[in-house]
This record gives sequence, structure tokens and C-alpha cells, in this order.
Amino acid sequence: MALTLEFVPYSEIEELSSKKRVAKLITIVKKESVVLMQGKLKPEEEASLIQRTMEDISKTFKGIELCTVDPEPTTKERWIRQLKAIFIKMLIGDRDGFTIIGPATVIKEIKKNPQKVELLLKKARRS
Amino acid sequence: MIKKLTSVFSSFFGKFFKQKKNMKIGLYGPPNAGKTSLANRICKDWLGEDIEMGTVSKVPHETREIKIKEKIRIKKKGKELVFNLVDTPGIATKIDYEEFLTFKINKTEAKERAKEATKGVIEAIKWLDSMDVVVVVLDSTMNPYSQVNITIIGNLAARNIPVLIAANKIDLKKANVKKIEAAFPQYPLVEISALKGKNIDEFYEALVKLV
Repeated sequence: MALTLEFVPYSEIEELSSKKRVAKLITIVKKESVVLMQGKLKPEEEASLIQRTMEDISKTFKGIELCTVDPEPTTKERWIRQLKAIFIKMLIGDRDGFTIIGPATVIKEIKKNPQKVELLLKKARRS
Repeated sequence: MIKKLTSVFSSFFGKFFKQKKNMKIGLYGPPNAGKTSLANRICKDWLGEDIEMGTVSKVPHETREIKIKEKIRIKKKGKELVFNLVDTPGIATKIDYEEFLTFKINKTEAKERAKEATKGVIEAIKWLDSMDVVVVVLDSTMNPYSQVNITIIGNLAARNIPVLIAANKIDLKKANVKKIEAAFPQYPLVEISALKGKNIDEFYEALVKLV
């Protein structure tokens, strides 16, 4: 079984409303592709993504696996970098880090530790 | 002038006390973290031995609808806290009825459970906006860096809702509270065993202190 990764640059969702962003991501995931999105959703958008996922659950769509990865600043630099990050986010949006969203029928689990992300895949069913 | 000032003050404090009177404390977290066990513990401790919030089970998504117990009165260290306790279904990003079959539930029941569980997750998220304080119940034996935990806490922070983390199941050998502390260092945390009642007084003290 091949795993398809679909890259979504931030520029592709930048102009979209929260509802349209969520809809776009769900559409890709429902095609059994794994989304690799530049940047992160807002917390409210993540909650909407979960709600929308629950509404769409069916025989073929069992839900999603979701993970956001944030670049962790070192302790010494933290407050300066945080201030910089807030300023940059105000100007150009939350492009830091990335988001992985995969269909639960393909991704068994996304294991995340601060520095490592593991995608555990489901075994393909023999037809 | 004095009348006006009195009216402004009474309106302000009236609203303040009204809010406190109807305060909602929500229990949020992923499925099987022990939210209903904690709700039952709170009910037993402050409403009476026979009173429970709901049933608990090893099968995920046992709580599939919002449950509320009104007017719980906690007294700790000279402070009193009156609130409505809201037990919510566990928030998940996926629900597959086949998972329930492994717990020896028949197919029809499993499908119905899955359907109800999806509705429960939607309801739990909708209710976030009406919470005054939230206790995020996490299973100390599990990896705290799950996206569900991050999404719940991120949404509470975005809504400026005070958070207390209850690191549950510390009676189990695999419990690792330090990992939860490292994942969410900005929030107060109490380690508890809702089932065994371990550290439950510290939990009540932390809750009263937070509000």
C-alpha cells in the first residue's frame, strides 16, 4: 500500500476562512492522503476540525490522526524568540512548525515527543 | 450621583455573584482518562455516598452525553465553592465501532455506541464556551503529547478559561506525572487517583485556590 503525502503550503490556506480551511483539509484526508501543512491551525480551528470529523464519520471514514509540530526554542532564547514570534505571527500568520493530518484508516497513531514524530501505519487489508 | 454610583456597584457585584452562583466546572479530557471516576468521587464526597454522576467502564466512550450535577458545595481551608459540575464525553479524533468489538460488545451495539460517541464529542466541544473553569483529566500512564490534549488546552487558553490539570491514575505502576508536568508546565497540576481517592484533598484545595 502506498502512502500519499499532500503538501499544503501556508499560502494556500492563508486567505481562506476557518470553515473553508477545515473543509479543504478534510477533503484531502477523505481521499486517504496524509496532509503535511505548513504552519498551524488556530485552536478554535482544530476544535472545528474535530467536530467536522465527527460529523463526517461513516463506514469508510473513521476519523483522523492529527499532530502539530512546533519548533521549540532553547530556554535562554525563549522570551526574545517568543516576542519575535508573536510579532511575526501578527504580520504574516502562524507559519511556524507544521501540521500532519492523516485518515485513521491509514494512520494507526502519530506518536509525538517534543523532538520526534512517528507515524505508525495500519496494516493494509488483503482483498 | 450617589444613587448612580450605588446602582453601578450593585449591578457589577450583582453580576459577579450571579456568575459565581451558576459557576460551571467542566471535566474534559480524552476517553478513558477517568473523568467520570473523578465526577463520581466529587459527588460521593460532597453530595453523599450514594450519589454518582455516571457509570464507568474499560470500554472507551462510556460517557456519551453531557451530565450535570448542580449545586455542589466544597469547603476547603475556610473557602467555600459552589458550582455545577459538568462531566463531558471524552474528546477523540477518531471513532471506529470495530474497536468496541474487542470488548465483546455485539456489532449492533458497537455501531450505536460509535454513533452516540461522535455526537458526544461534538457536544463536549460545543460546551467549552459555557465553562467557567475546566479540570483537564489526563491518564498519567499515557503519553501527554497527544494532539487531543493539546487541542483541549489550547482552546481553553484561547477562551481564557482557568485550567487545572488532574494527572489521574497515579495508583498504576506506569504512571508518569513528570511527563505531564513537562508537557504543560504553565498550568497547575494535581496528581490523583480518582478511583482510590488518593490525593483528593489536594485536588479540592487546588480547585478552590484556582477559582
